[in-house]
Amino acid sequence: MKELNYALYQKVYLIRRAEQAIREHYASDAMKTPMHMSSGEEAICAGVCHALRPADEIVGTYRSHGIYLAKTGETDRFFAEMYGRETGMAKGKAGSMHLTAHEEGLICTSAIVGTTIPVAVGAAFANRELKRDRVVAVFFGDGAIDEGVFWESLNSACVMKIPLLFVCEDNGFAVHVPKPLRHGYRSITELVSKFDCDVYASESTDPEVIYQLASKAIQAMREMRRPAFLHLKYYRYLEHVGVNEDFAQGYRDRQEFERWRANDPVELQRKKLVRLASEAEVKKLEDTIERQVTESVKRAEKAPFPKPGELYQDVLA
Amino acid sequence: MTRTITYRDALNEATAEEMRSDPSVFVYGIDVGDHKRIFNSTKGLVEEFGPTRCFSTPLSEDAMTGFGLGAAINGMRPIHVHMRVDFLLLGMNQLVNMIATHCYGSGGTMKVPLVIRAIIGRGWGQSYQHSKSLHSWFAHVPGLKVVMPATPRDAKGMLKAAIRDDNPVVFIEHRWLYDAVGEVPDDTSAIGLEGARVLREGRDITVVATSWMNVEAVKAAQILEKRGVSIEVVDARAIAPFDAATIVRSVRKTRRCIVADNDWLHCGFSAEVAATVYAECLKELAAPIDRIGYEATPCPCTRPLENEFYPNAVDIIRAVERQLGLSQTDLSGEDFYSYENKFKGPF
Repeated sequence: MKELNYALYQKVYLIRRAEQAIREHYASDAMKTPMHMSSGEEAICAGVCHALRPADEIVGTYRSHGIYLAKTGETDRFFAEMYGRETGMAKGKAGSMHLTAHEEGLICTSAIVGTTIPVAVGAAFANRELKRDRVVAVFFGDGAIDEGVFWESLNSACVMKIPLLFVCEDNGFAVHVPKPLRHGYRSITELVSKFDCDVYASESTDPEVIYQLASKAIQAMREMRRPAFLHLKYYRYLEHVGVNEDFAQGYRDRQEFERWRANDPVELQRKKLVRLASEAEVKKLEDTIERQVTESVKRAEKAPFPKPGELYQDVLA
Repeated sequence: MTRTITYRDALNEATAEEMRSDPSVFVYGIDVGDHKRIFNSTKGLVEEFGPTRCFSTPLSEDAMTGFGLGAAINGMRPIHVHMRVDFLLLGMNQLVNMIATHCYGSGGTMKVPLVIRAIIGRGWGQSYQHSKSLHSWFAHVPGLKVVMPATPRDAKGMLKAAIRDDNPVVFIEHRWLYDAVGEVPDDTSAIGLEGARVLREGRDITVVATSWMNVEAVKAAQILEKRGVSIEVVDARAIAPFDAATIVRSVRKTRRCIVADNDWLHCGFSAEVAATVYAECLKELAAPIDRIGYEATPCPCTRPLENEFYPNAVDIIRAVERQLGLSQTDLSGEDFYSYENKFKGPF
C-alpha cells in the first residue's frame, strides 16, 4: 500500500516538477518547441503507466510529457529534446510533440489528432503474432473521438480481437471547442460499449483509483483477449498550447478549474502518502526529484546542438 | 537459370517466398484474402500461411495504414495491398505524417519495414477514381522509397527487396502489366530497389519511361527500328530515391531524351527527370527534352476520350520523329496494344 502510493507519488510529482521547470525556463526562449502541458492529467499518466509492466508499451499524443515521464522516469533525454540538443531522444529533431523512448516502450506520439491510435493497434497485433507477453496502451483525448480513424481503429481492434488498452483522456475540449459543439450523441462510453470490448470509466483525480481501474482493465484484457476502453476525465490546467493559464480568454470558467484544483492529483496523492509514510520521507522523495530535474535542465542547457550534417541522418534506416 | 512467367505470378512468388523464409512477413488489405486474391497476386497465400498472415481487413484504409506502421515498428514486415492507388489516398495522413517520419522522429531508434502495394487501374471505364499513379506525390516526401517495376523480372526482384528493406516502400503496379510475360532469373537477389535499368539498348535517342509507358516505348522502338532508328529505352523503375546515373549515361550516349511518364505532366516525375538531365548534360543535348504524359484533366470513362487522355507508342514515335527531323512513319499496318485482348474489366 505504501509502496504503491510512494511509486504513484513519485510519478505525479516528477511530471508536475518537470513541467514547472519548463514553465520557469520557457520565457528565456531556449526551448523552441510548442508545449502542450500535462498539468491536471497526472493521475491518468501515473495510474495507467504504473499498471503497466516495464516491457509494456505506450502510444500517445502531442500532450505526452506526462506519460513519457511516468513510463521512463528519465529527464535527461526529455529536457535535451526540449532544448533541441544532440542528447535529446531524437537529437532535437522531434521536439515536445514527438516523444519516443524505444527502450522504455514509448512507441510514438503525434501532433495530428488521432493518428497514433491505429499504430497502437498494429503494435499490439505484432506483439500477439510474435507471442510477446506485452500490453499496449494508447492515450488520446476526447477530440480524437471526432476523428474517423478512432472508430476505424476501435472497430478493427475489436473485430481482430487484439488486446489493446484504449485510454481516452477526456478534458472536454478539442483544442478550444467544447463537447456540446462536437458530439451528436449523449455518451462516449455508451457508444463504445456497443463494440466487442470492455468499457471502464472514472472521473477521479486519485492516481490510485486510476491505477486500480487500469489494472482491472488490463487483467480482463489478458483473460478475454480483446480490447478495453478506459474513459477518464480530467481538467487541463493550462492553455491548449503554451505554459500559461488561459481563463481570461472566456471559453472556459476559472470556477470550474478551482473545483478540479481542489482535488489536484499531485496534492491529493501527497496527502495520502504523508499519512502512509511521513512528511520527512515525502520531502526526501521530492528533493531527489528536484535534483534530478534541475540537473537534467542544466545538462540540457550545456549540451551541444546537433551538428549540421545531422539534418540528413535517419531519413531512411 | 531463368523462367518465363507473368508479372502477377512474379508478385505472387516473391510474396510466398519471403513469407516462407521470414515468419514476420504478412500480407493484408481490403479483399486480400477473398476469392479474387488481388487479381491472383495473393493466390494460395491463405491456404499456405493461414488467415493470420494473409487476411482481408475492414474498409478502413486510414487505420489499416497506421496498423502497418505499428506492426512494422514492433518487428513484423507487413505488406499492405490496395487494389487501386486511389484507395491509398485514404491513408495519406498515415503515410506522409507518420510512416515517412518515424525513423527520423525517433532519432533512428526505430525502423519501418513496411511495403505498400498499390495498383494503377486503366481502361474499360476505370474513370477518374480508379486510374491514378501519383508516384510523384509519394516520391515528393522524404522517408519513403517509391518503385514501379515494369517487368516480371523487376516485379519479383524488387518486391522481394522491398519486403527485406528496413524502410517504408510504396510499390506501384500497373494493372495491365499483370499479364506481361518475361524472363525471371531463379535467383533475383541481385535486383535491388535503386536505379534505372536499360530495357533496350539503342544509339539515336533515349526514352525514359515509367511503368506501363515502358511497354509503349518498347513498341515505338520496335516500329522505328524498321526505319533504322535506334531507341534506347530506360525504365526509370526507382522513383525515390532517384538515382539518375543510368539515365544520364544513356543520354550522354544518344544526346537526345524523351521522358514518357505514366502520370500527369504538371509538377510530375517527368519534370524531375528532365531537370536532372538538363543539369547533368545540357551542353551534350542535341535537342530540348520532350515530356510525354497526361494533360491536366481527370481521366474520363468513355473510350474515345480515354484514348485521347492516355499517351501511347504513337505519341512517342511522333516525338522521336520531330527530334530527329524525320518524316512521319506510316503506322497504318501496325498493331498497337489493345487492352481488350487481355483486359475486359471490370477491374
